[in-house]
Amino acid sequence: MTNALPQPVTLPLSRENRVDPPQDLRRWREEGPLRPMLYADGHVGWLVTGYSAVRSVLADSRFSTRLELLHPPISQRLQQAKKRPGFFLREDPPEHTRFRKLLTGQFTVRRMKQLEPRIQKITEDRLDAMERGGPPADLVRDFALPIPSLVICELLGVPYADHDRFQRDSSTLLNLDTTPEQAQEAIEGLATYLYGLVVRKRSEPDDALISGLVSTGELDDTEITGVAMLLLIAGHETTANMLALGTYTLLQNPEQLAALREDPSLTESTVEELLRYLTIVHLGPVRTALEDVEVEGYMVKAGESVTLSLQAANRDPERFEDPDTLDIRRQAMGHLSFGHGIHQCLGQQLARIEMRIGYPALLRRFPGLRLAIPAEDVAMRSNMAIYGVHRLPVAW
Amino acid sequence: MRIKADTERCIGAGMCALTAPKVFDQSEEDGTVLLLAGEPSPEDEAAVRRAVQVCPSGALSIS
Ligand code: HEM
Ligand code: SF4
Repeated sequence: MTNALPQPVTLPLSRENRVDPPQDLRRWREEGPLRPMLYADGHVGWLVTGYSAVRSVLADSRFSTRLELLHPPISQRLQQAKKRPGFFLREDPPEHTRFRKLLTGQFTVRRMKQLEPRIQKITEDRLDAMERGGPPADLVRDFALPIPSLVICELLGVPYADHDRFQRDSSTLLNLDTTPEQAQEAIEGLATYLYGLVVRKRSEPDDALISGLVSTGELDDTEITGVAMLLLIAGHETTANMLALGTYTLLQNPEQLAALREDPSLTESTVEELLRYLTIVHLGPVRTALEDVEVEGYMVKAGESVTLSLQAANRDPERFEDPDTLDIRRQAMGHLSFGHGIHQCLGQQLARIEMRIGYPALLRRFPGLRLAIPAEDVAMRSNMAIYGVHRLPVAW
Repeated sequence: MRIKADTERCIGAGMCALTAPKVFDQSEEDGTVLLLAGEPSPEDEAAVRRAVQVCPSGALSIS
């Protein structure tokens, strides 16, 4: 780099007009794909906002995802978190590979397709309950959260009756205002619960995923606990927020909504476009350079952390034409909402199916679906690691 | 068009099987890519190109 670098910025999380990325991110992306960023521990690393730069860093094995190497982008909590065996999102190869290879067979496109009838049934049951109880209803509590929770519980073999308990712990963990002590308590609570479950599967096996991992004999019980924790947390809050925020967004774009109602063959492209447009993983991912790496003309030094803004990348006009317009007919595949590289979302085919079933079923059931409160009053999840709405009161 | 798939690099994300289902599948065992056709029919070529582009691990190449 010959140009002087701008002053370090801090990572903005608050979206001024709800669905679009923070204004600052757009301005910074226009100035250049990388810029210095101040991390919560005082480290000066990088913020990456350009599509091609984000994609290339995520695909580059010279960047690590190991917890102990990462500087915390916004809160000290990340740094104080303890390393957990089996939490392979925070491992590099060959550790990462060992876990991922054991699991990918369970998450293939074909495997997920086989779950379709079951997911359809779960979805219709929730709609029945909503219809019986309302209107109004809270779409988050009554639809968006229970569907992926039920699905991931069945997939893992976790009793849904315990969902209050793990939902509370996982939402504490994803809340960015949580203190390190609260986070530690939530993690221990979740770990204790899941460890007990893993031990029980040894004596009372079933045909779900946790039992399957137990029977391979390749992982010990603490490792399986870590894997189960990662899947349980990643598997329900994410899809839940896409279902609720996606519905909110469609309701705010009546022409697009009408087009989708009229032509259900637009469902697949709608799901991809909502994933791109909303990019609910709005904090990180974060990586740290293991050696000096030049990224699009910027020199990232060994030990420096980079924060990859998926939401800025997904709105990069170099990659997507007219990126700030929601267009359910566009070819949005290639978006980075599930990440990229070896850590690209393991559960993405499941999430796709849940959304491809969920949105049309909801729209079919309630032809007059609408917000039950003014759109301005819908509270956004700016303080959570996964973006979305806290509640979504709807009527029909 | 000839396709090469490197199962060592593959992370089983399934983007190929999703994008070009006539050409790619995934192994039941470890989820890694299976080639259903080493030489895709002309009408599948565009989908194959898209699959190569979206594959997150760089496991696919064409010549
Ligand atoms: C719309 C819903 C979802 C979104 C937007 C999403 C997003 C992501 C992203 C961005 C990553 C990469 C993180 C990084 O590179 O640091 C990721 C990884 C992961 N996701 Fe998802 N996810 C979703 C649903 C799911 C579901 C339903 C599951 C589980 C069944 C799941 C399990 C995982 C796992 C295990 C990883 C770690 C993969 C690895 O490190 O190899 N996700 N997800
Ligand atoms: S898209 Fe790439 S990584 Fe994913 S299954 Fe196909 S070859 Fe493997």
